[in-house]
Amino acid sequence: MLSERKRLRLAVLYPTLLNIYADRGNIEFLRRRCEWRDLGFQVTAVGVGDKLVEGSFDLVYMGGGQDRDQVRCGEDLQGHKTAVLGDWIGQGNPLLAVCGGYQLLGKAYTGPDLSIPGISAIDATTSQGKTRLIGPIAIRTDLAGPTDGVLAGFENHAGRTVLGSGTAPLGTVLKGHGNDGSSGLEGARRGATIGTYLHGPLLPKNWWLADWLIAKSLGLELEDLLQLDDALEIAAHRVARTAAGAEWADAPGFESN
Amino acid sequence: MPRNASRLGVRGWLASTAARAVGVLLRSLGRAGTTVPGRVLLALDPSALSRISIRLGAGTVLVSATNGKTTTAALAEAALSQSGLTVVHNSAGANMAGGIASALLHANPGPETLGLLEIDEFWLPELAPQLKPKAVLLGNLFRDQLDRYGELDAILDRWIEAAVQLAADGTHFVLCADDPGIAWLGLQLPAASVTWFGVEDTTLALKQLPHAADAGSCRRCGTPLVYSAVLLGHLGHWACPSCGLTRPTPTFALAGITLHGARFSSLRIASPSGTHSVELGVPGVYNAYNAVGAWALAATLGVPPDVVASAFGSAKASFGRAETFTISDREATLFLVKNPTGANEVIRALASEAEPLALQFLLNDGVADGRDVSWIWDADFEDIADQIEMVVCSGTRASEAALRFRYSGVPADRIATISEPRAGLAQLAKSRQESLWVLPTYTAMLELRSALADEGLVERVV
Repeated sequence: MLSERKRLRLAVLYPTLLNIYADRGNIEFLRRRCEWRDLGFQVTAVGVGDKLVEGSFDLVYMGGGQDRDQVRCGEDLQGHKTAVLGDWIGQGNPLLAVCGGYQLLGKAYTGPDLSIPGISAIDATTSQGKTRLIGPIAIRTDLAGPTDGVLAGFENHAGRTVLGSGTAPLGTVLKGHGNDGSSGLEGARRGATIGTYLHGPLLPKNWWLADWLIAKSLGLELEDLLQLDDALEIAAHRVARTAAGAEWADAPGFESN
Repeated sequence: MPRNASRLGVRGWLASTAARAVGVLLRSLGRAGTTVPGRVLLALDPSALSRISIRLGAGTVLVSATNGKTTTAALAEAALSQSGLTVVHNSAGANMAGGIASALLHANPGPETLGLLEIDEFWLPELAPQLKPKAVLLGNLFRDQLDRYGELDAILDRWIEAAVQLAADGTHFVLCADDPGIAWLGLQLPAASVTWFGVEDTTLALKQLPHAADAGSCRRCGTPLVYSAVLLGHLGHWACPSCGLTRPTPTFALAGITLHGARFSSLRIASPSGTHSVELGVPGVYNAYNAVGAWALAATLGVPPDVVASAFGSAKASFGRAETFTISDREATLFLVKNPTGANEVIRALASEAEPLALQFLLNDGVADGRDVSWIWDADFEDIADQIEMVVCSGTRASEAALRFRYSGVPADRIATISEPRAGLAQLAKSRQESLWVLPTYTAMLELRSALADEGLVERVV
């Protein structure tokens, strides 16, 4: 009998509230890259009031939302979900939280008319700035990837996030604003949990990070995954980096027919 | 203070003359000059908008929305012109301060002159008070260019603040009842200041809210809204299950619609004067919304229904909105796409085509397009992936566009990446299909249209 086909079970938190920058792009990107490798892929939507069942998922995704919607998520996260997510993250498991979702991983997101509690899985606090930090961004991470760990994307956030002294950033800012526009740091990482302001569909612009998450979710090494033809993905990353003003000097050749 | 007033008058005259000269110069250089003369005017005379608009004898009317401003205004213009008014209109979609000032610059003020201006949603709260409109049509608020506008809630709050003041000063509002945010705005105004429009025919309702939908919860109490019918993005028949806030009943309503592919549709519009049939030369549910809104606006301004129906029947597609041209003996149709909801409606119209689709998607990331191209991942290209015979991706972000089609399920050998717009179109024209579909973002459309105008394939818009 053949061994059971591997399957990635993705839990998406608040898909109807935290989805503002086309977060769906990340989910579809993971789905196709699993399907093309003959890996199963299953999405469970976990909304306000829903139980996040321990042992029912291999990867968690939290997207970005408007402040009004984020308030409801912050309230709902307290208690049961905070406990489940705290265990999950504490054990080094994979989770990707983008923009609003990233803010909710920390202790709180506060402003003059705003006080949203987070789950304190990451030692970070976010305060609302007067201006939004908007634009293309490129950061350098210490993750091993074919772009020397560089990720490219777009940021658009009012929140200024400050990391606690023991908290590692996801990377350092090459171009753009990052966590607070002044520290030179972007995002946060704890084990395989990643929080970042590179919003919305950051995985399509950084294909290897999707594979990194898939590998972590299935308990595999990056090298264990079937190699795909990534010519389009490489081109999309290159152009996103160019848009941010952080050219990819040693990009592999790509013919744009 | 006559002395002061006359000094302002001289200043205004000088400003207008200088700005017009800039327009003449630009056109002599073959440029359209849709915004620069207006910027010159405003730089020299910051009060130019109110100065010129009060001289329009028939008043000023504003149209704003995320999607459909240009088509709604074009339809309303057709009806108002046919009723005998001289209409001053920013027809090229140049809808920020400079574009509006440019349009007013060409106004020939008189008792029968009406200003009909489409205004960018971000500029509306700032410009509307200066223009002192007698009517404002607000169609919808969708997720669009968040990098430029910030969050939707913030825009709606600014709209509400401006609308309350305008209504107090006598402005009438023509509002879409099917958009919960627009409806919430209208409910803050005196009932006599509002005329509602919407879609009653639910035969084309979607099965569920699309991915790109916003406005999920009640503005009054925060409870998620429920829909008995979703018609377009978050537009539909909505209600709050908790506090009872519900969609206002429209006075002007789409009572029936028959779509004829991606080119035109037949509408039945119910109004206080009875139900009227109209053939509309632009496709889709989204244009039906535009038509009902324009109908309500024209009727509010006193245009008789038979005049509106005849004007709509002969109205042509406007600048890049279902505009057609012939290339290599094939008929090409241009659909401007700029955000996921607008793109979804074009996708919906294309899905009703029987023949395989040959299309070009042009994705630019200029300021006027939105620097952030994330939105393409919210558009439901999956819905036409199986129908696509060939897709050519062009523009500054052609590679991410190509990736989007690949991940929507189009096989790699049906996707070409050719960044230069006109070269991409040349590749598309090699398709066997008789119909070609061209979907550009705003600046990509300007680039492509300019190249096509050089070849005499489309008219240059001045």
